[in-house]
Amino acid sequence: MADRVALVPALSARRVRIPTTNFPVEQFTLANGLRVVLAPDRSAPVVAVAVIYDVGIRSEPEGRTGFAHLFEHLMFQGSENLEKLAHFRYVQGSGGTFNGSTHLDYTDYYQFLPSNALERALFLEADRMRRPKITEENLRNQIDVVSEEIRVNVLNRPYGGFPWLKLPPVMFDTFPNAHDGYGSFVDLNAATVADAEDFFTTYYAASNATLALAGDFTVEQATELVQRHFADVPARPRPVRPSFAEPDLTAERRDSYVDERAPLPAFASAWRVPDPITDFDAYLPYVVLAEVLTDGDSSRLVERLVLKDRAVTGIGGYLGFMGEPFEVRDPTALVLSAHLPPGGAIDDVLRTVDEELDRLATDGLSPGELDRTKARIATQLLRDLDPVLGRALRMGTIAQQRGDAGLTNELPRLLGEVTEESIVSAAAALRPARRATVEVVPGGAK
Amino acid sequence: MSIPVPALTPARKLKLPRTAERTLANGLTVIAARRPAVPLVELRLRIPFAKTNVARGMLLAETLLSGTSELSNVELSAQLQRIGGHLGASADPDRLLLGGAALTSGLPRLLELLGLVLTDAVYPAGEVAAERDRLADQIQVAKTQPAYLAREALNRRVYGRHPYANQTAEPAQVAAVRPTALRSLHAERVHPAGSALVIVGDVPPAKALDAAEAALSSWNGGGKTVELPPVPPIEGGPVLLADRPGSVQSSLRIGLPAVGRTDPDHGALQLANLVFGGYFSSRLVENIREDKGYTYSPRSAIEHSSAGSAIVVSADVATEVTTPALVETWYELGRLASTPVGTDELEQARRYGIGTLQLSLATQAGLAGLMSSLAGSGLRLDWLTGHAERMASATAEQVSAVAAQYFAPARAATVVLGDAKVVTPSLSGVFPIDDGED
Repeated sequence: MADRVALVPALSARRVRIPTTNFPVEQFTLANGLRVVLAPDRSAPVVAVAVIYDVGIRSEPEGRTGFAHLFEHLMFQGSENLEKLAHFRYVQGSGGTFNGSTHLDYTDYYQFLPSNALERALFLEADRMRRPKITEENLRNQIDVVSEEIRVNVLNRPYGGFPWLKLPPVMFDTFPNAHDGYGSFVDLNAATVADAEDFFTTYYAASNATLALAGDFTVEQATELVQRHFADVPARPRPVRPSFAEPDLTAERRDSYVDERAPLPAFASAWRVPDPITDFDAYLPYVVLAEVLTDGDSSRLVERLVLKDRAVTGIGGYLGFMGEPFEVRDPTALVLSAHLPPGGAIDDVLRTVDEELDRLATDGLSPGELDRTKARIATQLLRDLDPVLGRALRMGTIAQQRGDAGLTNELPRLLGEVTEESIVSAAAALRPARRATVEVVPGGAK
Repeated sequence: MSIPVPALTPARKLKLPRTAERTLANGLTVIAARRPAVPLVELRLRIPFAKTNVARGMLLAETLLSGTSELSNVELSAQLQRIGGHLGASADPDRLLLGGAALTSGLPRLLELLGLVLTDAVYPAGEVAAERDRLADQIQVAKTQPAYLAREALNRRVYGRHPYANQTAEPAQVAAVRPTALRSLHAERVHPAGSALVIVGDVPPAKALDAAEAALSSWNGGGKTVELPPVPPIEGGPVLLADRPGSVQSSLRIGLPAVGRTDPDHGALQLANLVFGGYFSSRLVENIREDKGYTYSPRSAIEHSSAGSAIVVSADVATEVTTPALVETWYELGRLASTPVGTDELEQARRYGIGTLQLSLATQAGLAGLMSSLAGSGLRLDWLTGHAERMASATAEQVSAVAAQYFAPARAATVVLGDAKVVTPSLSGVFPIDDGED
């Protein structure tokens, strides 16, 4: 095995120290309930401004699939003091960039700009937090745009929406967890301005949002600017987030669909994992396990299935259907997703996955395997945090879901403390009876 | 009551990171920059790779990390993991690019493993056979992707017989590549002369150079210089319609001429491109997305390659609006080429063009990619300072003049990938069509 090959004995013998980060974080809450996270970093004259609303795909009403995402588009269509197109022009005319994205449990809006545009960015976010300007014309326009987004990302390409839209309906039974977050054209076209206004009133309260800033500012300066622009955003009650809990599976679930455009078979499997928020200690071993199984050529399943058996052409493993281990709430899952060569047999691959999980559960990890996996995870965590935008988004989401952005700095240490025993137990829990699998049946390349 | 939009505070001058550079005795150029936000290092090694066989080049990139005489692929991967690292390789008609990252403490080891791969990759027969099959499968999948197919059609239309016309091999061509061919290609072309290694991260630049010199000095200094011929001029002509039966969108792709980063027109061209479709607040996006709702992500970009530059305009539009979407796109090209650029839109584009330069320097990975890409044109980060000045000083007249020259629709190469049966009746009524049948 790899770890017994010593090209450079001195280095190989030494354990690599896992570094942590020590980004300063200041947190407070305004009178209207807006949570604020400030992470100053003067190393480059740039700043990231993110607003994260605590509402996502799981909260959209039945009959309105895709609405959380459609609404995200509407938040860019003008606001209390701004006409349509003004938001884009002000951000970009400041030398900045912007975007927004809709997730299962939250929706984020962000700007990344030269730091001389900080106050402008805060104004723009505050203005739409007060009220977006939603007109029938803009709603119809954005339904068209979103329809093209769905066509380009899902309908017009092979493996569109696989597995993030295709696997949840196999694993889950309730609408919030199972439905298509991009939405059906029927539901999207049925959306009304009144729906949007209701959605905004309920979920886009300041008390349901987190404002996160990272980059080139002082805490004093940013605090004053945040107060200036957000303190008078009217307060509304924070909506109660319902439980989306579902029982674990007790019998294996399988489903398949024909993808007319896919030339080769594929499948994805998922197993439920402990609650990422309330049971974080039990959840973290699964984060490490996903990497043990699929990170690089020396991971268990890549070595076995890709390199040795050649039963799959590629395999990935991650936490959460959108691959966000630290930005998702319960219920969620460990997901394995694999593409097969022509004529590949999914049952054989699943049997091998079970075999490898058994081997891990029985024999444990090999010498050095845990340390090198943790080193990789540390690099990935640090890489996510290098951009001030990544830092603002992660800190804001962690503050929103876990109550303390400071946990961001603790993640490498917490993952470093995950034990072999807990990973072995996690592997042992990934039984076929708890598994949901969706198969892509190739319809032939068209 | 309306609240005024806050003004910008004075802009800070473009601040470049600290860099150092050294050319090793074997000809390798090493450039290092410091960005200490997180304790990581990024590296990019760019090796000239012009005129290599496409199938062999692609497979070489897939198998370069498949093993050395001492380490198997799995062992190599585990060694990289120990330092939190990874390495990857990709090939295109200009270069072979190796990219990677690791914890700062692992930089010497990362460079050592990089050196090992460069000097001792063995292309084991078993691994090559496996990667050959995987690559053939991946190409087969790529050939069902509209983005891939549209680009392939545009490359053929724009580049004709130039090597840029064919950037991906056929699965059968990949299947025919033997390990000996990869070993020969490596021996011929994977050399330090003309190559540039970029190291960015939480490490003093001089120390990064020393580490690179220690690890890579023994890399063979031989190798020949291969130059690509310049790309042919883009010829206007009928719309090339590539059929994709059942497609629910049409992929519009338009190729236009452009100049390289050192051309005196480049700053003005950059601004003209922004005004046209180079960012969200552009004419194209505001027209066919925010007004008409025809598409999700229309855009135009200036693409620089070793043998020439081009502007590429793209939009994926609903099949039923293919013709009006192309009409609007051509209208915007013609309007930019024939009428003066507005003052406000030009100033907005200028602030975006200059302001986002600072953003591009603000991450380790972004900085490393930018430095490597500039090095491919023989440039360094200080080019950005001049670029900012050229964008700052370009006049509306200069921008309109380059727009007339480079955005003229009569000189555009236009490709539509879509369901020909559905779009032809409408499209052929407005545009001359070449259905590729002759």
